[in-house]
Amino acid sequence: MKRWACAVAVVAAALVVGPTESLAKTEISFWHAMGGQLGDTVNELVKQFNHSQAEYEVKALNKGTYPEVLTGAIAAYRQKNPPHIVQMFDVGTQTMLLSGAIHPIFQLMKEQEIAINWGDFIKPVTGYYSKDGNLYSMPFNSSSPILYYNKDAFKKAGLPDKPPATWKEVGEFSKKIIAAGGAKCGFTTSWPSWTMLENTFPWHDQPFATNQNGYTGLDTKLLINGEFGVKHIGQLAAWQKEGVYSYGGRMGQPDPKFINGDCAMLIQSSAVIGGFKKSLKFEWATGQLPHWGTPYKKQNTIVGGGTLWVMKGHKGADDKGVAQFMRFIAEPHQQMWWSVTTGYVPVTQTAIKNLEAGYHFKKNPEQWTALSQLSAKPTPNSLGHRLGNFVQIREAIEGELENVFAGKKTAKEGLDAAVAKGNDILKEFAAASAQ
Amino acid sequence: MKRAVFPNRLLPYLLVLPQIAVTGVFFFWPALESVRLSVFRTSPFGDKSFFVGLENFRKLLTSSEYYSSIVNSFLFAFGVTAIGLGAGLLVAALATQKIRGLAAYRTAVLWPYGIAPPIAGIIFLFIFHPSYGALPYWLSFVTSYEFNWLLKGWVAMALVIVATAWTHVGYNIAFFLAGLLAIPASVLEAASVDGAGAIRRFRSIIFPLLSPITFYLLVVNLIFSFFGSFGVIHAVTQGGPGRATEIMVFKVYNDGLIGLNLGSSAAQSVLLMLVVIALTAIQFRFVEKRVTYS
Repeated sequence: MKRWACAVAVVAAALVVGPTESLAKTEISFWHAMGGQLGDTVNELVKQFNHSQAEYEVKALNKGTYPEVLTGAIAAYRQKNPPHIVQMFDVGTQTMLLSGAIHPIFQLMKEQEIAINWGDFIKPVTGYYSKDGNLYSMPFNSSSPILYYNKDAFKKAGLPDKPPATWKEVGEFSKKIIAAGGAKCGFTTSWPSWTMLENTFPWHDQPFATNQNGYTGLDTKLLINGEFGVKHIGQLAAWQKEGVYSYGGRMGQPDPKFINGDCAMLIQSSAVIGGFKKSLKFEWATGQLPHWGTPYKKQNTIVGGGTLWVMKGHKGADDKGVAQFMRFIAEPHQQMWWSVTTGYVPVTQTAIKNLEAGYHFKKNPEQWTALSQLSAKPTPNSLGHRLGNFVQIREAIEGELENVFAGKKTAKEGLDAAVAKGNDILKEFAAASAQ
Repeated sequence: MKRAVFPNRLLPYLLVLPQIAVTGVFFFWPALESVRLSVFRTSPFGDKSFFVGLENFRKLLTSSEYYSSIVNSFLFAFGVTAIGLGAGLLVAALATQKIRGLAAYRTAVLWPYGIAPPIAGIIFLFIFHPSYGALPYWLSFVTSYEFNWLLKGWVAMALVIVATAWTHVGYNIAFFLAGLLAIPASVLEAASVDGAGAIRRFRSIIFPLLSPITFYLLVVNLIFSFFGSFGVIHAVTQGGPGRATEIMVFKVYNDGLIGLNLGSSAAQSVLLMLVVIALTAIQFRFVEKRVTYS
């Protein structure tokens, strides 16, 4: 009797274990920072890839926020066990480029003899992530800040159903909406440094930092405390005092102010479109990031979001799998599906054309907004930012913005302090990287 | 107490070895590594590293930001300790009353200690966040005062102090409760018979008898607030607004893990270690004299 039970158990175990062993796939690890609806979408994309072929199994792992992904990848790299692919945000670009720990994507694809039409990627994306004309990381989730507005609040204030085009209109509309009881505050801004400075400067063709925003050298200094920066931040501070603007914290923390109807407008990444479509309980639409109008030129905004970096330190045989996954992501079909599902912009001309042909943007105008801001040919001021330890600079800037919005410092004093602190960080990075 | 005598001379060393090994690997080794890192400048990925002497320390000691983080740390530590000890003693005293369902109350007051600090931070966010918290929402019905710690530094500081003290109060309660229960009822009864009121009894009998525990908790709470109080601040304010809640240990994390400036971060942790060693030494030198061990 016992023997029988044993035999059955052994057979059962063999049945369970057997198939997985015979199919042993090469694992490709992929660390990312996508949570919530975006995380589900990444998992779906990875699943599609895993089903599309039999040799490789991509394991996607959400390692927290972007800085946490970076720190985790660094720790793993130092222990000689890095993930194959790491999703890193825009501001981590310089750190990754100078790390010596990455396998440039253009080189990987060349080695694996996978032809990719790099020219098909849109300019603001290739501009941000290329060095000497070659892409170093695979464009994946690119977004740009846009304006979201609550149509119900606009209607209540008797405003036409169109977004404010200029900052002047943002102020006027806000005051009307508050007076009419449409909302408690006019607008709020997520990712304050990214939306209000890092993008607002190139959008007006203003330099953010010396050395063409850090592209041409390491001895870079911030330029945000000039006339334009003081004017813009000063206006926000004045509006904060009047209740037109309501500061809501860093990162995506201010979103609830818009979601629950407290603020009639929100400036936030286009990446939240997918989430908003599911969760917002009122009619809403989008508009371009507001502009100050003349005398400033309307240029382009820059891309935020992330790209996929391939890390060194793996068996050469794994490279093929990594390259295949990268090719899979760059295909128009995946590009389109990813951007339609999330609100990130499609990053290749082909994907954009295909979407246009299907009248996608006519039916979903909110998904055109960010792309429309990225269409101009970038100038040296609007190619992107290449600053070392940008995460820390951003934090220094946001700390000072809080002092300004709290009325503790004037816009000029706050921005001066942010520049001084930012320049220290840049100097430290240059010293640590140049050796 | 009976002195233990070991037949084998090696055995006692062998018995303490595991503890020494744990302390060595998890405390002394990292501490020494911090000291080593603090005199280097290291690139984010650690591929380039070179000796800079005391440069990291010089930079810190000439930066006003660093001094403000020291001030914040002391404010925070004394706030957390005062509230934690005060509330702990009060609740422990209440939990010695003869009431129905005492065991349930005693269990309940220890609960917060079982909650991980980041979770506590999230709970406080849901109650106090100006955008989606319950309290600011209710407040908006009764007053026009805007409870916005996103821009008011001292409100943010008060919030993280209360939240941190709350996470730690269960620990204090447990010790105070044990201390209170160890005080012989006969002594208190005798004092009552002699006409001592509740306040007099507390001052002359309970407090002196509790003093070893109070002293222990004082030291532990201060060390905890300086070193281990990172979770709540990380979850609630991230050191903001401005730098109003950036305490030393948060700056160590932020400059090291977010800013990837490992040299400065290590130098800060060395300085933080010195501050805490000094504080503890001072306490043993001066405060302990007033402690009565029975």
